[in-house]
Amino acid sequence: MPILAELQRRFGDAIVETHEQHGDVTAVVARDALLTVLAHCRDDAALAFDVLMDLTAVDYLKFPGREDGPRFEVVYHLYSIARNHRLRLKVRLDEDDARVPSAVALWPIANWLEREVWDMFGVRFEGHPDPRRLLMYEEFVGHPLRKDYPINRRQPLIGPAS
Amino acid sequence: MGVGSFFTSKLDEAIGWARKYSIFQYPFVTACCGMEYMATACSHYDVDRFGAGLPRFSPRQADVLFVVGTISHKMAPVLKRIYDQMTEPKWVVAFGVCTCTGGFYDNYATVQGIDTIIPVDVYIPGCPPRPESVIDGLMKLQDKIAGQAQRY
Repeated sequence: MPILAELQRRFGDAIVETHEQHGDVTAVVARDALLTVLAHCRDDAALAFDVLMDLTAVDYLKFPGREDGPRFEVVYHLYSIARNHRLRLKVRLDEDDARVPSAVALWPIANWLEREVWDMFGVRFEGHPDPRRLLMYEEFVGHPLRKDYPINRRQPLIGPAS
Repeated sequence: MGVGSFFTSKLDEAIGWARKYSIFQYPFVTACCGMEYMATACSHYDVDRFGAGLPRFSPRQADVLFVVGTISHKMAPVLKRIYDQMTEPKWVVAFGVCTCTGGFYDNYATVQGIDTIIPVDVYIPGCPPRPESVIDGLMKLQDKIAGQAQRY
C-alpha cells in the first residue's frame, strides 16, 4: 500500500512535503498534527507502525541552502513488524519555538530518546513525564550538538556528589 | 649523619624495596585501552615479575590506581570517589593518551586529562600503549616508589 498517498489523503495539508526514493519513504508533518499522525500510523491496521526505531533531530543552522529556513528538524523513524515497512516522519521547528508534543504516550521508548534530543539539541518535548538531561550532567550549560556550540568549550568539572 | 637518621634512611630503603615489589593495582578500565591492559596483565608479558601480578578489584585493597581509558565528565566524580576510597600509600598511573590529556577527544564530553581531577604519578602515553610502554611505566613507578620518603 502506498503509505504516502494514504497519509496525504487522510491528513491533507498537515503533510507538508513528501519524498520517496528506492522504497525510502519520508513525510514532513506540520507540528500541530504530529500526534494525530503518529497515533494513526501506530493504530491503523494497514500501517501498523508498532515500533519507534529512532527519534532524533538535525540542526540546519549552517546547512547549505537552508540557512534561512526553520533551524531544527525532529525525525521519527517508524517500523512495522507485522507489515515489514518503514516510514520517516519529520517536523520542522524554528529556533525560538523549538518544542514538539511528546510521543511517550504512544511509544514508551520515546521517553529516553526525547530526553536525549532535549539534552543534545535543546528541543522541548511538551508533556514529557521526566524532562531531564539524559547523557550530560545537570550542571552542563548549553546543548552540545547544536551547530553553534563551540567544539572545544570547557565546562566546569563537577565534583563528587556529597 | 647521626645514628638516628642512618637507621631512618635504611628503613626507608627497606620499606621502599618491599613496596615497589608488592604493587596491588586497581584497574579502572573504561575504554579500549582495557584490551591492551589485559594483554599486558596476562602471562605473555608477566607483570608478576614486578610484583604487580594481582589486580585487586576493591579500591580499599589496592595501592596503585590504573586509570585505563577515556574519562568523561560524567565519569569524573566516580573516579574521584574511587581515588578517595584508596588507602595510603597510593599512586596513580594514567594509562593511554586519553587519560593523560584527553587525547583526540577535544570535545564537550571528555575530561582533558585526569590530572585535572586527581594527582598522577606516572603517565603512559600511546593510543593504546604497547605492553612494553606499560612495563616501562610500571618500572618508572617502581623507581619512584623506592626513591621516595616512606610514610609508615
